[in-house]
Amino acid sequence: MTPKSEQKKYKVIGTRPIRHDGADKVTGRAVYGADLRLAGIVHGKILRSPHAHAKVKSIDTSAAEKHPGVLAVVTRADMPNLKDKIADLGEGSVNLAHLGANVLAHDKVLYKGHAVAALAAVNPHVAEEALKLIKVDYEVLPSVTWVMDAMKDDAPLLHNDVFTKSMGKRASKPSNVPTHIHFEKGNIEEGFKAADVIVEREFKTASVHQGYIEPHVSTALWNQDGHVTVWTSTQGAFTARAQTAELLQIPVSQVTVVPCEIGGGFGGKIAVYLEPVAAMLSRKCGRPVKMVMTREDVFEGTGPTPGSFMRVKLGATKDGKLVAGEAWLAYDAGAFPGGVIGPGAMCVFSCYELPHAKVDGYDVLDNKPKTQAYRAPGATQAAFACETVIDELAEKLEIDPLEFRLKNAAKEGTRRVDGPVYPRVGLVETLEAAKNSPHWKSKLEGKHRGRGIASGYWFNIGLKSSVAANVNNDGTVSLIEGSTDIGGTRTSIAMQFAETLGITAEAVHPRVGDTDSVGYTDVTGGSRTTFATGLAAHEVALDIQRQMRERAAILWECDASQVQVEDGAYCHKDKRLTFAELAGQLGHTGGPVVGRATVSPEGASNAFGTHLVDVEVDPDTAKVTILRYTAIQDAGRAIHPSYVEGQMQGGAVQGIGWALNEEYVYSDQGRMENASYLDYRMPTALDVPAIETIIVEVPNPAHPYGVRGVGETPIIAPPAAIANAIYAATGVRMTELPMSPPRLWAAMTKGKQS
Amino acid sequence: MAMVYIPSQWRDLTGAVDRLELPGRNLREISRELESRFPGIAERLVEGDAIAAGLAASIDGAIASRGMYSPVGPTSEVHFLPAIGGG
Repeated sequence: MTPKSEQKKYKVIGTRPIRHDGADKVTGRAVYGADLRLAGIVHGKILRSPHAHAKVKSIDTSAAEKHPGVLAVVTRADMPNLKDKIADLGEGSVNLAHLGANVLAHDKVLYKGHAVAALAAVNPHVAEEALKLIKVDYEVLPSVTWVMDAMKDDAPLLHNDVFTKSMGKRASKPSNVPTHIHFEKGNIEEGFKAADVIVEREFKTASVHQGYIEPHVSTALWNQDGHVTVWTSTQGAFTARAQTAELLQIPVSQVTVVPCEIGGGFGGKIAVYLEPVAAMLSRKCGRPVKMVMTREDVFEGTGPTPGSFMRVKLGATKDGKLVAGEAWLAYDAGAFPGGVIGPGAMCVFSCYELPHAKVDGYDVLDNKPKTQAYRAPGATQAAFACETVIDELAEKLEIDPLEFRLKNAAKEGTRRVDGPVYPRVGLVETLEAAKNSPHWKSKLEGKHRGRGIASGYWFNIGLKSSVAANVNNDGTVSLIEGSTDIGGTRTSIAMQFAETLGITAEAVHPRVGDTDSVGYTDVTGGSRTTFATGLAAHEVALDIQRQMRERAAILWECDASQVQVEDGAYCHKDKRLTFAELAGQLGHTGGPVVGRATVSPEGASNAFGTHLVDVEVDPDTAKVTILRYTAIQDAGRAIHPSYVEGQMQGGAVQGIGWALNEEYVYSDQGRMENASYLDYRMPTALDVPAIETIIVEVPNPAHPYGVRGVGETPIIAPPAAIANAIYAATGVRMTELPMSPPRLWAAMTKGKQS
Repeated sequence: MAMVYIPSQWRDLTGAVDRLELPGRNLREISRELESRFPGIAERLVEGDAIAAGLAASIDGAIASRGMYSPVGPTSEVHFLPAIGGG
């Protein structure tokens, strides 16, 4: 879908080579955290709180310590006493006292599953049994797990030292609301006065988990020389190192983090949970300590994405022009401040040109695990609300919902409600691709069936990336990069390097380095890796190319400026050497050629997507069946189209699960009642059809190949698109996620809005 | 001079001024200018030598990556926003 004027001829970019890690993955040889074997290894387990909110009056570990199979026990008393210190962890700042208290509870437990103590034993079974010997005396406190209840004046207060901050302005009274965000654009009253039609609705969404298939796993060895090595499943080796060092109060140079292969993260494997605990256990017992979470641990002890309450109001003129929008959003942050209300508030109206708008957002503490990022954190909830109201507005105006979106779509020059102005972006192109798609042009026939559409936006971020390369004398290049590979980024980075250098993707051997092997690199998250680490790889290739020209100049006794690079070969007059031929002569032209680059790009890559879905709703059971699904997305430039399609399909399926079934079900005592994959219903291959994809390419002006991040945008639109399809099928507007059979059936039975 | 947008929550210090042109080659200089005109604003914007935790600056539509040292051009547009991460 690239406009002809923008098409460029690439030899590597846009092709679909076999992934570099493919053989290891399909033969089972890739080393994940759970595969790690070390001499003398022992096994750690965490004791977790049975209560949603309680004071920890005392912890008695004496019986556990006497157990012959137990080698070490740790509690809060063993961890450094962290002050209210803020540490910059690359993707954002974190309050170390809160991070430490999440890893091992201090004076209070704040959610069911909160870690209280840990021990290491000769094997995992002994460790699990020995946990029962640790006696914790709790004083149970009232708890709260619904965001709106947590905001009430008489709600149980989670922290006495958290005060509402509003862009740095601090309130004087402790509160469960650590952050208030407020944006204004234009004059909201005047905007709504100009509207001919106004729709206002309230929405609720449940907490959902990122649902990575691999549980958290870490092994740590605190060596006798004081150096700590951690092998872990993480989205960022360097941020894991920084968090571990800060929580243990040792220098970062004393910690090496070796990132293992990772079985999914989606934002949930950025914060540390096990690493510092395993390290402290190792320090006490002098052995490497391995800790693997169970699925129950993962659900109850690690970050879901926020549950939310939202109110969205939009007004338009009768000719279909949006004139005003107002949003009030409350997202839960879980037990500690630092939820995702910021991007939620920034994204709620980000798909549209709105002259007048007001957005209020609240980060709210409650007795749930500390929420973590989940693909486009905060945007999916906001899009569910906004895109449902957009659909209803289009219906009231009797305008086709796609045309209504096109008429109001954000484009280059549009000022977002939070202030910044878009550079070139591709929402209009995704909508036009949707309009011209076989899916949209097809007829949907049959009873109880409906079609829905929704769009979504995610910023994508830049941050810091480092890449190094060594030229081998056979013409291949070893590439070491600092981004952990979650979605195939080894290959997408190697392909950009190969394209710039004029060699094949197969001639590049990419490897993810540990924190001692490569320069600082921020997390694989925020859809940044193919964009930013790819940019670093491009710069390394330019560095190598410069050095190779110098080597050719030595051979040809000319100036390097006289050496031309044509189609990857080095030329001067009638002389020509391929990259491999020249690489074979490095030994007598000065020795090895190595390149390196570190980048910190500022341009976000602003990615938009539009999704189409056809559903059928069983009138007796209210089960929703996805009949057809098409995800359309502006990838800027698809480096490896199969990976882009895979991200679009994966995100869409996760969004379908969020829309239809997934939720944390809480008891009145604040305990999660469905902490297993039997009861937490994620979609399987039987629940979804093949997800059709259309890649749109509107090049990102801030990247030499036009790359935009693609990993997060595809999860944003599905709940809204499906809600709109359900409405078309049943006449019922769903305003609560998940739209599970009981909830939809109740709404259908009422014959009105849920 | 750069056009600096004032977040609505800071307008209690600016007398409702929502934007103004300020001289400054980087965010540090912009911050000093803001503080000199609207005392108290730096306390909300800066912590130590860095942009306050939870905040970010957007310069010409891109999130600034060099903290208070981020360069600001003579026609730049500067916004202060919540910090964002990603999954």
